[in-house]
Amino acid sequence: MKKYVIIGNSVAATHAIEGIRSVDGAGKITVVSDEPHAAYGRPLISYYLYGRIARDKMDYRSEAFYERNQVDLKLGRRAEKIDPTAKTVLLDDGETLSYDRLLVATGSRPFLPPMEGLDGVKDRFTFMTLDDALSLERALSPEKDVLIVGAGLIGLKCAEGVFDRVKSVTVVDLADRILPSILDGEGSAFVKEFLEKKGVRFLLGDSVAKFDGGTATLKSGKTVAFDLVVVAVGVRPNVELVKEAGGAVNRGIVTDSGQRTSLPDVYAAGDNCESYDVTAKQSRILAILPNAALQGECAGVNMAGGKRDFLNAAPVNAIGFFDLHVATAGSYEGECYEERTETSYKKLFYKDNMLKGFILIGNIERAGIYTSLIRNMVPLDSVDFDLLKRSPALMAFSREARRDKLARRQ
Amino acid sequence: MKRIYVNEEWCLGCRLCEYECAYANSGISDMVKALKGKTIHPRIRVEDGDGVHFAVNCRHCTEAICVKSCIAGALSRDGNGTVVIDREKCVGCFTCVTVCPFGAIMPAADGKAAQKCALCTDNVKNGVPNCVTYCPNRAIVFEER
Amino acid sequence: MSDMLFMYPEYEVVRDSDRCIGCRVCERQCANEVHYHDEETGKMLADSTKCVNCHRCVCLCPTHALKIKKSEDTYKLNANWDGQTINEVYRQAGSGGVLLSSMGNPKPYPVYWDKLLVNASQVTNPSIDPLREPMETAVFLGKKTAKVERDENGKLKDTMSPQLKLSMPVMFSAMSYGSISYNAHESLARAAEELGIFYNTGEGGLHKDFYRYGKNTIVQVASGRFGVFKDYLEAAAAIEIKMGQGAKPGIGGHLPGAKITDAVSNTRMIPKGVDVISPAPHHDIYSIEDLRQLIYSLKEATAYKKPVIVKIAAVHNVAAIASGIARSGADVIAIDGYRGGTGAAPTRIRDNVGIPIELALAAVDQRLREEGIRDNVSVVVAGSVRSSADLLKAIALGADACYIGTAALLALGCHLCRSCHTGKCNWGIATQVPELVKRLNPEVGYKRLVNLMHAWNHELQEMMGGMGINSIEALRGNRLMLRGLGMTEKELEILGVRHAGE
Repeated sequence: MKKYVIIGNSVAATHAIEGIRSVDGAGKITVVSDEPHAAYGRPLISYYLYGRIARDKMDYRSEAFYERNQVDLKLGRRAEKIDPTAKTVLLDDGETLSYDRLLVATGSRPFLPPMEGLDGVKDRFTFMTLDDALSLERALSPEKDVLIVGAGLIGLKCAEGVFDRVKSVTVVDLADRILPSILDGEGSAFVKEFLEKKGVRFLLGDSVAKFDGGTATLKSGKTVAFDLVVVAVGVRPNVELVKEAGGAVNRGIVTDSGQRTSLPDVYAAGDNCESYDVTAKQSRILAILPNAALQGECAGVNMAGGKRDFLNAAPVNAIGFFDLHVATAGSYEGECYEERTETSYKKLFYKDNMLKGFILIGNIERAGIYTSLIRNMVPLDSVDFDLLKRSPALMAFSREARRDKLARRQ
Repeated sequence: MKRIYVNEEWCLGCRLCEYECAYANSGISDMVKALKGKTIHPRIRVEDGDGVHFAVNCRHCTEAICVKSCIAGALSRDGNGTVVIDREKCVGCFTCVTVCPFGAIMPAADGKAAQKCALCTDNVKNGVPNCVTYCPNRAIVFEER
Repeated sequence: MSDMLFMYPEYEVVRDSDRCIGCRVCERQCANEVHYHDEETGKMLADSTKCVNCHRCVCLCPTHALKIKKSEDTYKLNANWDGQTINEVYRQAGSGGVLLSSMGNPKPYPVYWDKLLVNASQVTNPSIDPLREPMETAVFLGKKTAKVERDENGKLKDTMSPQLKLSMPVMFSAMSYGSISYNAHESLARAAEELGIFYNTGEGGLHKDFYRYGKNTIVQVASGRFGVFKDYLEAAAAIEIKMGQGAKPGIGGHLPGAKITDAVSNTRMIPKGVDVISPAPHHDIYSIEDLRQLIYSLKEATAYKKPVIVKIAAVHNVAAIASGIARSGADVIAIDGYRGGTGAAPTRIRDNVGIPIELALAAVDQRLREEGIRDNVSVVVAGSVRSSADLLKAIALGADACYIGTAALLALGCHLCRSCHTGKCNWGIATQVPELVKRLNPEVGYKRLVNLMHAWNHELQEMMGGMGINSIEALRGNRLMLRGLGMTEKELEILGVRHAGE
């Protein structure tokens, strides 16, 4: 009977459990997590604050999941060290777990740059875990002014989450635009304008020089009074366990297409490792949930002796701010098709007879048809791209392709 | 499992399926009361082209990318293999909309959650898809393939 | 100037706006563009002048918000000049043309089927339960003139003429590809195959896709000879020479160029897009002797393996004509009464020419018997056999089998709007417009035809059982099983039946 150990208990780990069990119904699975909770979708924390989901609905899988899959769940425990020769994992309480196959699904952690006076701020938060959200929630009240450092996905989702529960939200970012990881300049401006109309205040191209109790002084000399601050300037992958054990690490852990690290029988999946982005044609960290899920499942199948390759990774993001929805995918290179209305914004990027990426704001309907074109690298001369430009539709495919999609079991 | 399959050769683009879907999922027993004066938000949608029409709804993929991509675990395959959405868990991020290759998941009427075809297992039709029942030309069928 | 000048629409579209949910299915499904959505008021409106009363919208409206009503508008009442007569004058005054109509004669002439009643067994003769005892509905069509002959070795010689075996005494009437759609043809062909009966190509040739149904196909050779060639004749189970048609005796046909698509052109072997005429007479047939030549040409061409049917319209001296045909070498005579359908006929012809099939059948059967040549041919009748009861009565009057056309089209969805000649059949039957043709899914169509025939066969067996008869053979020409009601002495005499109570 094989022994599987999984470090981490989020999305990649959950899908790895399912992947293992799809091949091996008997092996022993042990999951170690430093969080005290059953797996939950991390992006839910902002929706929780926003009131879109109840706490008791946040579990990623049903209550019976771990039992049904015979998982030995060690919550609130931390893996300290991997010994790839002895094939053991040392935990923080001194326990040693031996493994036949190990999955490192440790995700990432908030990056906290040194900021003068931050330690002196009483209500300071990061926004990554459920515990972060719960402690932030305890500090929220309608008379408070919130300062968010960082206008990326995490910072802005946090802004949305707390917006209705506090007096004001101010977002500061060193960059001169918001959401630079998923939007182009015009898209950023579009979303920023929308958020400003809602009442979110932005101070861009500026950064906090120092905190002084309830006041932040910016580089520009402006000061911002606040009651609580959330630092969301970025994340760092948790690569240390693998790195210290001698595994290959670039920005993230390096794996092959079967999620194997350079260490024997050690796999990695999720936000801590790199994927080969088919749109950018390079390996990079794609810290998005669907990617973690697909990597996790792939790792699990291979750990259990199955055969699976994850070959079509691509960045895909769906995010909403209040009732404005944004969907993006791929890389923004090549020629661009553009459409804009009062309430929507659309850009399609194509190159070498392939759709490379898209940005949809306001109208995201059927965006998955675009995503599939990107992921599957569908030659654009095999579809009616002029029709697709206007709207994603299966009508743009050949009759045979449609029959394959609609009249065949998927 | 039995799934819905669409044969565009016989689709007339009449859109009865859309209305029958909206009706079945309205929770109201009278069709007129359910749909009169309302904008419908069916889970099956007809595409029209030059002499070509076809309906599109969830394919209930065995390897469902929407299920794997859902940030909340709100999408799942039930015991029969039907891909279902738990509205209580869905936060309306629309990642599923962004990954479904068929464009078969869409925002619900209130925009706060996603919706998709559950083969009428989640309404009074008790697993007999209403779009299939009322397709006048058998362009939509419910069968094993 | 509109053809509709001086006229109020004959039918009105009535919409219950309380029930209309504005789904616009009616609008999408009406090829005549009757329904439209008014952006300003957000309401569905209708232009009744364009409505042909085909009921497509009525049937598809999911909330039953629509009905079509006969207009209550009326000219000053006049038993002589009724509204339709007046309208026809207006229409012709506007167009200067021959009035065209489709399907069968709708005029209120007597329906003799409805004046005939069927017998049943009581006390002195047992009725038969078809669920418990054999009830034979199969029939063989062809000459029954074989004699017992032996060769020099004393072995029996096979002198039997070729026969068509039908599982029940019904065939689908001749309806050409061109007049009806590809999908209608496929439905008929598949149903005929499943039922073990025959369908008939009409004079439009046989589409290459349908050669595989050959053993259930009767191919027609008509005055235009469209699509007739070696493979066509060889593919079929039987060959029918069409001399006449009940809906338009004495005249030929006219297929407008617009209906001649690529496929129709290929199948008929005629140029695309050009009007085609099937002549009124066969230009090589001016006598029974000429007919005999064609019959034997066709037999020769198919090695005497296939029965040859001669189809005529029921006209005044039908008995004498049938007698001639029975002597001409034909294996089957098909007689089409004045109620028979058509895809297009001049109204005056359809409504005023020919005679009822009931009288024609009785006269022909009687004449052939008197002349001792009844077994020379089988007799098939057509021209509004509407039910299993009509079918049973036809057999009792002397028919071997019936052709059904209109009933088959009804099974496929036809609502008898009688607008086939416009080529815009909303049910996908009498049209070549691809968007409309696809409305008839043969998978649905053929099953409905099979259902209908199964139902009729059950009913036929039930009624035969009640009469104490267990085979079509024993019913055929058994006029004692019929009684007339409300007919004159002369009518009873021609039909050869006694009055009820006699």
